[in-house]
Amino acid sequence: MATATTVELKIQRFDPERDNEPHWQTLTVPVEPMDRVLDVLTRAKELFDGSITFRRSCAHGVCGSDALLINGRNRLACKLRVEQLGKTITVAPLPGLPIVKDLVVDMDGFFEKYRSVQPYLVASPVEGSGERLQSAEQRDRFDDTTKCILCAACTTSCPSFWAEPEYVGPAAIVNAHRFIFDSRDENAEARLDILSDEDGVWRCRTTFNCVEACPRGINITKAILEVSSAISTRE
Amino acid sequence: MSAGLRADTTHIDVDAIVVGAGGAGLWAALELAREGIPTAVLTKLYPTRSHTGAAQGGVCAALGNVEEDHWEWHMFDTIKGGDYLADQDAAEVLAREAIPAVIELERMGLPFNRTPDGKIDQRRFGGHTRNFGEGPVRRSCYAADRTGHMILQTLYQQCIKAGVKFYDEYHVVDLVFEGGEADQGGRCSGVIGYKISDGTMHVLRAKAVLLATGGYGRAWRVTSNAHSLTGDGMALAWRHGVPLQDMEFYQFHPTGIVGIGILLSEAARGEGGYLLNNEGKRFMETYAPKLMELAPRDMISRAIYQEVRAGRGIGGKDFIHLDVRHLGRKVIEEKLPDITDFARVYQGVEPISEPVPVQPTAHYAMGGVPTNLETEVLADARGNVVPGLFAAGEVACVSVHGANRLGTNSLVDLLVFGKRAGIRMAQICKSTPQPGSVQGAERAVRDELLALSTRPSGVRPAEIRRELAALMMDNVGVYRDEALLGAAVKGIAKLKGEYANVRVEDTGSVFNTDLLEARELGYLLDTAEATAVSAYAREESRGAHSREDFPERDDAKFLAHTLVWQGAAGAPATKIDYKPVTITKFEPKPRVY
Repeated sequence: MATATTVELKIQRFDPERDNEPHWQTLTVPVEPMDRVLDVLTRAKELFDGSITFRRSCAHGVCGSDALLINGRNRLACKLRVEQLGKTITVAPLPGLPIVKDLVVDMDGFFEKYRSVQPYLVASPVEGSGERLQSAEQRDRFDDTTKCILCAACTTSCPSFWAEPEYVGPAAIVNAHRFIFDSRDENAEARLDILSDEDGVWRCRTTFNCVEACPRGINITKAILEVSSAISTRE
Repeated sequence: MSAGLRADTTHIDVDAIVVGAGGAGLWAALELAREGIPTAVLTKLYPTRSHTGAAQGGVCAALGNVEEDHWEWHMFDTIKGGDYLADQDAAEVLAREAIPAVIELERMGLPFNRTPDGKIDQRRFGGHTRNFGEGPVRRSCYAADRTGHMILQTLYQQCIKAGVKFYDEYHVVDLVFEGGEADQGGRCSGVIGYKISDGTMHVLRAKAVLLATGGYGRAWRVTSNAHSLTGDGMALAWRHGVPLQDMEFYQFHPTGIVGIGILLSEAARGEGGYLLNNEGKRFMETYAPKLMELAPRDMISRAIYQEVRAGRGIGGKDFIHLDVRHLGRKVIEEKLPDITDFARVYQGVEPISEPVPVQPTAHYAMGGVPTNLETEVLADARGNVVPGLFAAGEVACVSVHGANRLGTNSLVDLLVFGKRAGIRMAQICKSTPQPGSVQGAERAVRDELLALSTRPSGVRPAEIRRELAALMMDNVGVYRDEALLGAAVKGIAKLKGEYANVRVEDTGSVFNTDLLEARELGYLLDTAEATAVSAYAREESRGAHSREDFPERDDAKFLAHTLVWQGAAGAPATKIDYKPVTITKFEPKPRVY
């Protein structure tokens, strides 16, 4: 498509020290051909309003800081090129989490849920000085779920999470999956117990929003179904 | 509640503090937890956002899982790769301890790729050779091309398991010293943390403080580094009288995405990728006939500049091609999935069918806060220790990388010396009394932060940052000379003058990134100054420091580490000292590949 020289950037603003409610600010921002949404946000902050607030770090889709609701979908601002979006870019914080300021949401509850599934290897000590052996097939079994960067795009796109904020959510289940299906781990039962709780895997309604939202291309719904199937088989 | 800060201050006592939650900080925290030492880990991000996670290609250790290998070969490669500036006792520790560190990571759960017999798989990487330089060796242990991501995740997971106390999104804005600054025999006794979500100040007191804050790539316009890599730990130590070591040695990685600098891993060349000029020729034949595309990074970055200067850049422009097409779809998608995605997303290029345009990108600081082998920070060229202060990972200069770091050795460094830091800090914590409480320790930095947001008018920080990044790119890049570096030193001094009048717009106390980015710009100016001053003084070419006016390595004058101190009261840095390189096994030789 032809290169636009400016875009209309519509940002949801909220300053808890001044505002009672979020409101919208629209800015006309110059853009370059290969710009990503993060570049446009940064330029708006630098040129027009230093108080525009958002998280960012690696700027190439591996740290998970800048997941935002962009033109109605959860995406990483640093992985989304402006030319894919047309003349108006609407940016809001991830839905379903408390807003701290502007585009920044409170992530503590999200990370608390991640920690609740015991996302770490539990295994008996190994004899000798070498590594544990694992076949390439065993390694492949959980490859997809090792890619998660905990950006929260999936969990905050999930209607079940919006309806029931206690739901542990897709991201936590993905990270449980990563260990449940690791041949070296000995703690699958405990994780399956946690996830068979009423706020565990059963809240998934397979809407596939999470799969669409994942910037890492993880087949999240498949992972959730594998975990729920492991629970069912066990019972 | 105003001007970016709140009036209340919280005081917290622990035994150990870790600043930064990348690989080095996390492994140190894990060792401290194993010893039962009360520890606080402060990070200005969430731990999983740290830049260790961006490392792609692998971590070298002479496991010998797929072919014969020995830690002595790894040690030699590290020293030769560093153009004989690495301290050889440190390089020995690095190469020896890489082996148990990688094994331990596997035991912690890191999902390495596997060989057919179930062991950790290994692949080739730049500058890593068999039998002291005969040819490439398979030494890099990897998890697809997201090895750093898996290291970061695995160490964080183990920290959760061990109950490590994290202070997420706390920006460390100052260090606390008692009994004078580092150059007056003082001791580091804590840090000042600024809680980003509400603007409160936290004074943390401890017996041992670890700097694990990473590098400062954001001083350059084209960089692979995260926005958060602004030299915080180096600048804070420098301001308290700690010298910075070997800052002139800054690595440009040869294969960054054109214009924006995002890295396309050396793994692409480790798997067999080519570098081609506009004639379609593998130009590394001319520069490193034995190792070709697997020559060290400094040599390849220079070769690209030479090709471009000779008019052999693609389309006559300032980039060349990285070509992986001959590897086939299976290898590209299975072993290089992330960088394939980067090329598609950020350049609109399909690596399976097209060559990818690349150019050198500012990547890694070989220099930093000087330490001994136990990660204790050094106050001078004689090896005197700064009590209470430690550094590990990219922020530190042990020195294991010398004048040029080999690929994967950054991960090896942060594993080996992160672990060593935790062990040494635990020993110190058990044998040292708690320092006295320093009343009002936060006052100085509070005043500095207030000044940024209460000036009635002033320059926007972004303007200075843009100028600095352009200046460093043009004048303190791959090739340098006296005129370029002299202009850089002057230019940075001018920008520092303007920074004294900088003003931020956001005056709130909740998540004030405007204020913190202005603070970070101050760190960038300091690290840039240390870099330019050190580079100006080193009249030779060695590793990543290439002086066109002094093209040869000069061992008679410069087989030595640079130490540079900050000038007094805002004056430019002028105090420089040199300390000898530790040579144990390998006499310096000409560096040919």
